[in-house]
Amino acid sequence: MSNLLIILGFPLFGFIFNGLVGKYLPKSVVGSIASLMVAIPFFVAFGMIGDLSNDAQYSVNWKAYTFLTLDNIPLSVSFTIDRLSVWMTLIITGVGALIHLYSTGYMKNDEGFYKFFSYLNFFIFNMLLLVLGSNFLMMFFGWEGVGLCSYLLIGFWYKNVEFGKAARKAFVMNRIGDLGLLLGLYLIFSKFHTLEYSEFSNQIAAGNHSDNLLNAISILLFIGAMGKSAQIPLYTWLPDAMAGPTPVSALIHAATMVTAGIYLIIRNQILFALSPFATEFILWIGLATAMLAALIGLKQTDIKKVLAYSTVSQLGFMFVALGVGAYSTALFHLTTHAFFKALLFLGAGSVIHGMHHEQDMRFMGGLKKKMPLTYWTFLAGTLAISGFPFFSGFFSKDEILAATYSHGLIPYILLLLSALLTGIYMFRMFFVTFHGTYRNEKWDYSKVHESPLVMTIPLMILAVFSVFGGLINLPKYITESGSLVEWLKPMLPIMEHHEIGHSEEIILLGLAVLVFLTALIYTRIVFLKRNRVPTDSETGFFSVMRDKFYVDEAYNLVIVRPLEILGDLLHLIGEGIFLKIFSFGIYPLLQVVSRLNKRIQNGNIEFYLLYMIIAVIVLLGVNLIFF
Amino acid sequence: MNSLFSLPLPFLVLSFITILCALYVVTSKNPVHSVLALILAFFSISAHYVLLNAQFLAIVNLMVYAGAIMVLFLFVLMLLNLNKDSEPVKSKIWGIAATISAGMLLLVITAAFQKSGVAIYKGSADDIGLVKNLGRVLMTDYLVPFELSGILFVSAMVGAVLLGKRESNSESLLDKGNS
Amino acid sequence: MQLLNIFKSLDISHYIYLSTVLFSIGMFGVLFRRNAIVLLMCIELMLNAVNLLMVAFSEYMGDAQANGQMFVFFIMVVAAAEAAVGLAIIVMVYRNTRKTDVSFLDSLKD
Repeated sequence: MSNLLIILGFPLFGFIFNGLVGKYLPKSVVGSIASLMVAIPFFVAFGMIGDLSNDAQYSVNWKAYTFLTLDNIPLSVSFTIDRLSVWMTLIITGVGALIHLYSTGYMKNDEGFYKFFSYLNFFIFNMLLLVLGSNFLMMFFGWEGVGLCSYLLIGFWYKNVEFGKAARKAFVMNRIGDLGLLLGLYLIFSKFHTLEYSEFSNQIAAGNHSDNLLNAISILLFIGAMGKSAQIPLYTWLPDAMAGPTPVSALIHAATMVTAGIYLIIRNQILFALSPFATEFILWIGLATAMLAALIGLKQTDIKKVLAYSTVSQLGFMFVALGVGAYSTALFHLTTHAFFKALLFLGAGSVIHGMHHEQDMRFMGGLKKKMPLTYWTFLAGTLAISGFPFFSGFFSKDEILAATYSHGLIPYILLLLSALLTGIYMFRMFFVTFHGTYRNEKWDYSKVHESPLVMTIPLMILAVFSVFGGLINLPKYITESGSLVEWLKPMLPIMEHHEIGHSEEIILLGLAVLVFLTALIYTRIVFLKRNRVPTDSETGFFSVMRDKFYVDEAYNLVIVRPLEILGDLLHLIGEGIFLKIFSFGIYPLLQVVSRLNKRIQNGNIEFYLLYMIIAVIVLLGVNLIFF
Repeated sequence: MNSLFSLPLPFLVLSFITILCALYVVTSKNPVHSVLALILAFFSISAHYVLLNAQFLAIVNLMVYAGAIMVLFLFVLMLLNLNKDSEPVKSKIWGIAATISAGMLLLVITAAFQKSGVAIYKGSADDIGLVKNLGRVLMTDYLVPFELSGILFVSAMVGAVLLGKRESNSESLLDKGNS
Repeated sequence: MQLLNIFKSLDISHYIYLSTVLFSIGMFGVLFRRNAIVLLMCIELMLNAVNLLMVAFSEYMGDAQANGQMFVFFIMVVAAAEAAVGLAIIVMVYRNTRKTDVSFLDSLKD
């Protein structure tokens, strides 16, 4: 309990403290307090690993109080630490602490420094609330809280109207998903009379619930996950969310918040495992997202946008894993993705920092010499994400591919294709940014500088994890024990069965390596040897890809415009007709009343005396008649 | 009407005089006449007090009201030279409004009294209205209010003097007090 | 001393009527007259109506503690003080405005 209190309380304290008095403190103090408030929970959570590993059923439960009682069903504020939630806590606080540290360098010259760290701590608090809560209610609080923080941080530089709009878009998109989630929660509450995970799972495991009900709940929850984890059709907010400061993109929109949807599904594994229709739906949505986002990412020129689409695509991979029933693999990929995507974003941030807020890679090139540390760590991240053998991404992606293969051939091929595209767009960005010649006239090459140590240290730590992170879950053909999948087994009672032969596994492995090599060689030829630079003048299908398949425009046409027209219409009726009538009616009425009132209060004592007497008469009369 | 004239004669006569005088007070154009009528009304009320076994109050009423207060009124009237019927008459609407209000008030208060049940006559107390008995009550049960009324009188006197002083003098007095 | 015993041949309601009439007349005067001094006199009249009722009830209820009469006594005290201060105010108002007409005293709205 005390552990939970520390884990949850410290970030909250940091938020309140920095929010209230951070303005009057030096930046170093604000930054170190905020970083410590995240680092300490990390070590506390790390200390609990031992206990959790010794006993599979070990968990820490803390019921703080009953939040409210509906229909005699108590909804409590309660928290649980078990293997799943501690794993999420470690990712959130670990990556979070590194990004806090990085931000002290990145945001050094921002006047909203204290505000930024206050928001970041609040985000960490909400995220922990989300993963540590032992019921849907707590999760929902955290869910909305991270949405709020995301909104605040995307619109952190709110003086730029476009950024404010991006923040609003993210918020609204998430709200659509939240509606689904909320409906799902209502359905659970009305049918199962509980919001506790454990009770809910037990009731489902006991059976006697119709498949339709389970499928409906699953799909509603998945709609919530769609919004938060940026899946088709609710993914368009994530690329726009890159308006926020880069550490925010790394922390919220790559490593942690967007994985909340994955966590939600893993947490309710029993429910999803028993709703085959919903899982199939998740699989295809995930595939489509992975493919589409990778295609769009192929033609973007803003390095943060490329990474954003890459995130969407990788989240698609995770949903594919969930769709084929490989829950622990999804969590594994979530973990490795948190490492290398945070690394890539922070690396991109370092580049942007060195280039004085230039984000377009067409105006970069040849940064290798100027930013060696960033270069090498970025290379590690790129290799990890595109599946260089024995790097972290290689293992996790390979497991997803293997699981998909055992599920069906067509999903496997599509996913393999997405993996190929991943390699291509990542190396394209890498070569164009760091190799070739420098192409920016506005910012002199000599002024390009490596970032300070406080920013490169997190990069190096994350690079180490990106390279060796895969060792936490070595595949079965290397070792049988000590893997993450085994460790999480008690949390996932329904086993995943994608048993494939060793020879097949080796072939799959070979295909994955082949895909990686294809991507590497292709980009090496196109972007390194021929020194091609992406341009805006694409034609045909490529221009469609560059313009993101016109999804935003389609949404505008189909949803936003009709809503706006409806709004205008209602505005016309409400404001134009009703309000006008009422305001023009009420105004003269008020005038008449006040004129009368003015007459009554004429200041003459005689009148006041008369009023007094009339009042006495009326009071006495009323008293006589009615009492 | 029969019942009215079956009442004891002193009450009837005194009531008649009282009401007549009161009416004259409010209707007379000349304030001096009003004062004189009011004094007469007070005299008749004092006589009522005697009827009601409140002998000391009757005397006090005469001395304080008819003697002191009304003389004060007269004094002011003479001082301000208002003994002519200089008062502008109010409009007719005011007359109607005042009549209706007063009539309604009369009605409502009477109705209120009618509605509240009246206790049964318990028989007259002994000679409580005499100065000996009243004095004892005043000096024992009502000692604190008695002393307080003394303070009230002093403050009223000081206030009256302060108000009655000439403007310039009072201002200078205030200035002195402030400095 | 031979005590009068008026309530042997009279009901308390007669005194109630008498004092209510006096009170209403006073009220009428307050509303109708414009001379501030006459206004004060009407108020005295109303006070006396109340006093009369108080004494009547004191007698009627056999009030051995003389509470009713004591009250009348204090009302007289207050009335005297009020008359003194009120007249002083009227004198001052007259000195400033040369009028004792309450219709002109309408500065309350400012």
